[in-house]
This record gives sequence, structure tokens and C-alpha cells, in this order.
Amino acid sequence: MNNNPLLSIQNLKVHFKSFEGVVLAVDGVDLDIAPGEAVGLVGESGCGKSVTALSILRLLPKRSAQIGGSIIFAGRNLLEADEEELLNIRGNSVSMIFQEPMTSLNPVMTIGDQIAEALVLHQNFTWNNARRKAVEMLDQVQIPSPQSRSRDYPHSLSGGMRQRAMIAMALSCRPKLLLADEPTTALDVTIQAQIMDLMLRLKDKLNTAILLITHDLGLIAEMVSRVIVMYAGQVVEEAPVRELFKKPLHPYTRGLMGSVPKLGQKFIAGRKQLDEIKGIVPSLQRLPPGCRFNPRCPSVIGKCLEQTPAMVRIETQRRVRCWLAESVE
Amino acid sequence: MDLLQVKNLKMHFPIKKGLFSKTRGFVKAVDGVSFNLKKGETLGLVGESGCGKTTVSRSLLRLIEPTDGQVIFEGSDILQLSKKQLRQIRAHIQVIFQDPYSSLNPRLSVGQIIVEPLKNYEYLNRRQQRERVAFLMEKVGLMPEQSNRYPHQYSGGQRQRIGIARALALNPKIIVCDEPVSALDVSIQAQVINLLVALQQEMGLSYIFIAHDLSVVEHISDRVAVMYLGKIVELATDREIYHHPLHPYTRALLSAVPVPDPEFRKNRVLLEGDVPSPINPPTGCAFHTRCPQKADICVHQEPLFRDLGDGHWVACHIG
Repeated sequence: MNNNPLLSIQNLKVHFKSFEGVVLAVDGVDLDIAPGEAVGLVGESGCGKSVTALSILRLLPKRSAQIGGSIIFAGRNLLEADEEELLNIRGNSVSMIFQEPMTSLNPVMTIGDQIAEALVLHQNFTWNNARRKAVEMLDQVQIPSPQSRSRDYPHSLSGGMRQRAMIAMALSCRPKLLLADEPTTALDVTIQAQIMDLMLRLKDKLNTAILLITHDLGLIAEMVSRVIVMYAGQVVEEAPVRELFKKPLHPYTRGLMGSVPKLGQKFIAGRKQLDEIKGIVPSLQRLPPGCRFNPRCPSVIGKCLEQTPAMVRIETQRRVRCWLAESVE
Repeated sequence: MDLLQVKNLKMHFPIKKGLFSKTRGFVKAVDGVSFNLKKGETLGLVGESGCGKTTVSRSLLRLIEPTDGQVIFEGSDILQLSKKQLRQIRAHIQVIFQDPYSSLNPRLSVGQIIVEPLKNYEYLNRRQQRERVAFLMEKVGLMPEQSNRYPHQYSGGQRQRIGIARALALNPKIIVCDEPVSALDVSIQAQVINLLVALQQEMGLSYIFIAHDLSVVEHISDRVAVMYLGKIVELATDREIYHHPLHPYTRALLSAVPVPDPEFRKNRVLLEGDVPSPINPPTGCAFHTRCPQKADICVHQEPLFRDLGDGHWVACHIG
């Protein structure tokens, strides 16, 4: 869709070996991100959104995970890169913010040193300069009294501050791509608003592309310009954010939007039942034949039970995996 | 007629330090909370983590002994009851917990879990037990044939249904729902919310619904209480809270909720900083350290929680 994407994932497949056999956690994901673009990846737990992000940086356990397909970042296939090359990319041109800031920071290293470490490793800073730069970064993410805070350990920071420190660390090397995996799920709404505001401002300032992984449609609507919806390991819909919310094409996307109560809507429409999606997400080991959504789909037809729909392009910027997509048009 | 009245409820946890565990201070987790609950009503309790909403629910059931206050249910003060009397009252007030993974005994089958509260209050023979379990499981949308299964064989949403069936077993008047849907995926969340609403209409239940997700609370509640640092700062009908929020904290909280509509751009009130520690709450109004509209009086004098008419209560000098 873009002539020169920064990141281009094609036909990504991730198999996990487990005691109960091999599981295909991600099945043929295609995804492009342009420089400076914010893309959202939505889906419920177990749909493969985090695994997709982790495979970009090759952070999945080597023994149990098999990755197939290609992940081209800045002209290089990351799936063919060796460990040394990867070390050079991680935290440098591609960095990641994790959901749980407490478990993803090093508890025995001050946050200033943790930020400085990336600069020393990737940007040839001396430790002294790197520490100074770390304080600057902490100031940029609006941590009060950054000088003294940089000498604190993660346990003495609050959840919101830790997540800010994570962002400071992720952005310290001015990455071209930031993978944010549920960056605010563990935080309160007022803190979430602060962090999101911060990420958007830094994105504009540094022209960093963002892949935002979340289950929160509200965040998606406010943060990104293009959305990819995943279900049971596959992409089921892709669209620019406005079009997706105006006219979701896949029944799963429609279901997700109906399941979320919206502030204030009750007084316009009266209290009504939320449009639930019946049933539960299928286990990846026992996927239904045909379309993976068919047991839960309200508009299922005979064909859905037998044949797996392919991803079809609807408009220039939209793709959807549904047999009914043309009739929805 | 109020089914439940909570008056000036306080829960101060002592901080003990040193060799002789001398009390060195208190965490004022709940500091003077008052509200009432009518029959068939849902009262939402919102606030950020650490504001004391869960402590309110636990102390009014005496799962932890509150420091001070009154909780009046059907004319008697729960906090003054003897153990024996308390047992009888607890049949009328049940709880649904947040985490469906840790709140069900993994060694009991679903049928046993659901029938367990009943066994404390009445004698049922096996056939009666089976009938009650089947009735309750059907009511919450589970298959009665599966009553011999164990909790680990169920998904999160189904486990929450088991928790609901267990809470319903004694035909309670009040159910305290402590973040019942926050551990669930969105599509499952909608199923559980719809179930709770349907059960309420059918059985005339009253809910105290605790959550940090304002959209969920607003959807399900008739009235909403907003808590900050151990106190209720605003209490009103959900329409009032949504359309005319008076407390600056309520406004900030509402504006911080992301709206799932990309066409909608709103003026966001960004709060600075974090929630202060409840060990050393700020003087005057506890919110003044983050308030965008604070005046001098806020620093020195604690605002009264006052009724501005139509049951809209607020604790703010300015609002």
C-alpha cells in the first residue's frame, strides 16, 4: 500500500511446539508500516497480536517457536539476521514498550543507567555523556526532578513513572519504529491519558512509526491512522481508522464495536443490551473448519462452514477476510 | 426506602514498624465514606487504583473489620452484629470478585462450588442440591450437564458466570460486584454485563458495582460515586455525572476515557502527577495537588460533602 514501507511483514507464520502438539499462533499475517505512521493492532487475548510484535524483534523463544514468512525492516529481512545484527537493531532502530513496566525494567539498576546503557551500546556515547542524555530524556517524558530521579531504582517509582521511564528508554536512540504492546493497560485512565499524549507528541517530534497493540478500541480511535484487526491468529480486517469505525466490514469487528459501552451513549439510545458476540474464542488447537469466526458469527452462511475465506481487497486501502464482504459493499 | 445505608465508614490500616511493632501511622484507605443503596438500584463506585473502592466493599461486609462508621441493612447496623447474626445477614449480601481464576476453589467441582453457600444455611438432600445447581447454572447461561467439571476446564468468562451463580445461590438482596469484568476480553465483558443487567431485572437485585472503567460503570449504574484517596468526591445519578460533572476530578476522569470514535475530538483535561500516598494525604482538599482549578482555600480547608439538590453530592469548594 505504501511504496516504501519502513516495515513490511509478509505471510508471517509462527508455530509453537507444546506438549499438546504444534500450534499455529500466527497464521499468514501481512502488515506494512510507513515511516512515521501509527498503526493499531487490535484483537482479544490469544489472537496473536503480541506474538506478531515479538517476532519482529525475534524475541520469541528459539526452541519452541518457529517463525516463517518474511519481516523486511529498512530493506533487511529480520528473519535472516544473525544475533549480532539483531542486537544492533533492538533498542536502537526498533524498540519496544511492554505492558508491565515493573517486570520489564531491571530492578537492580538505576533507571538513569538503564537508559544510558542503550546509548552507550548503540550510539557510542561515553557513560558520562549517556547519563547526561538520560536525564534529558527523563525530562522529555515529564518526570519531575529528572536529575535525582535518574538515580532511583524502578521500585521507588510509581506505575505511571515507570512507564514513562520505559518510554524514555525506548526513545533514547530515536528509533524508527516503536512497538508498543498494551503500553497503558496496567495504568489508570488519568495516567493513561498522560502517557498517550506523551507518545503522540514524541512521535511527531521524532517521526517515529508506532505499532500500537491493544484491545481498547478507544485508544485505537485516538492514537492511530490505520487499524488491523486480528482473530484467532489471522488478520480479519484492515482499514484506515475513520472508515473502520464508520463502516466495519467484518462481523467480528462489528461485534467488537457493539460490545464496548460508550460513555454517554446510554442517554441517546436509552439503556439497551450491549451487542455481545456469543460464544468464546476457539482454541488454536481445535479451530473450526472454514472461517474461524463461523461459530460466533451472526451472519454465517453455508459457505463459511466449509471454506476459509481469503483476504480480499475492498477499496484501495481496505482488506477483509469474509465471504460476505462483497454483499456488505 | 434505602436498603443499605453506609455512614461515615472508615478503614485505617495501621503501619507497624520496629521491634515491638509500634504503630507508626495509618494508611487511611477509606476515610469517611457515606452513601445509600435503594432496592433494585445499581450504585457504581469508580476511582483509580488505591482510592479505596475495594476496601469499601470489603469493610461493609466485614471481610475486614472497619475502624469506624455504620452500615445499616434492614434496620440493623452490620458493624455491631455478633458473629452469629452476621452469618444470617451475609446470606443477603453476596460478592462477585474480580479475578475468576483465584476466586474459585480449584479442587471443587462447579456443582460443589455453587451449592457450598447453600449448605451453610439450609439442609438440602442430594436431589435438591442437584436441582438447585441445575437451576442456577441455567440461569447464568451454563450447561447444567457440566456441573461435574472443575473450574480449570472453563474459560474466564464462564468462570465469572460460575462466580455469579454462587452469589445468586442464597437469593441475596444485594450483590457487591468488585471489578467483575475487568479481567475479561471485550466480547466476553459484554456477555457478563448483559447477564448482570438481565438478572437484576428478573430478581430485583441491588448492585454495588465497583470498576475503574468509566464506560462500563456508566452503562450499568443508576447512580455513580466517584472516589479519590479514600473519600467520595462526587455522587449523583449517572446522567448528572456524565452531563454535569461538578468536581474537577470527575471531569478529568471522564475526559481521560478514550472514546471509540475517531471523528470525536474532545478537550482533554490532563492531570499532572500521580495520586498522592494515603499515608500522608495532602492537607485541605486531597485533590488540590493535581487540581487544575485550585484556590487558596483548597490547600487549607477540607471541602464538605454537600447536597446541591436532586441528590447531586459533591465535595469541592468551587464546584
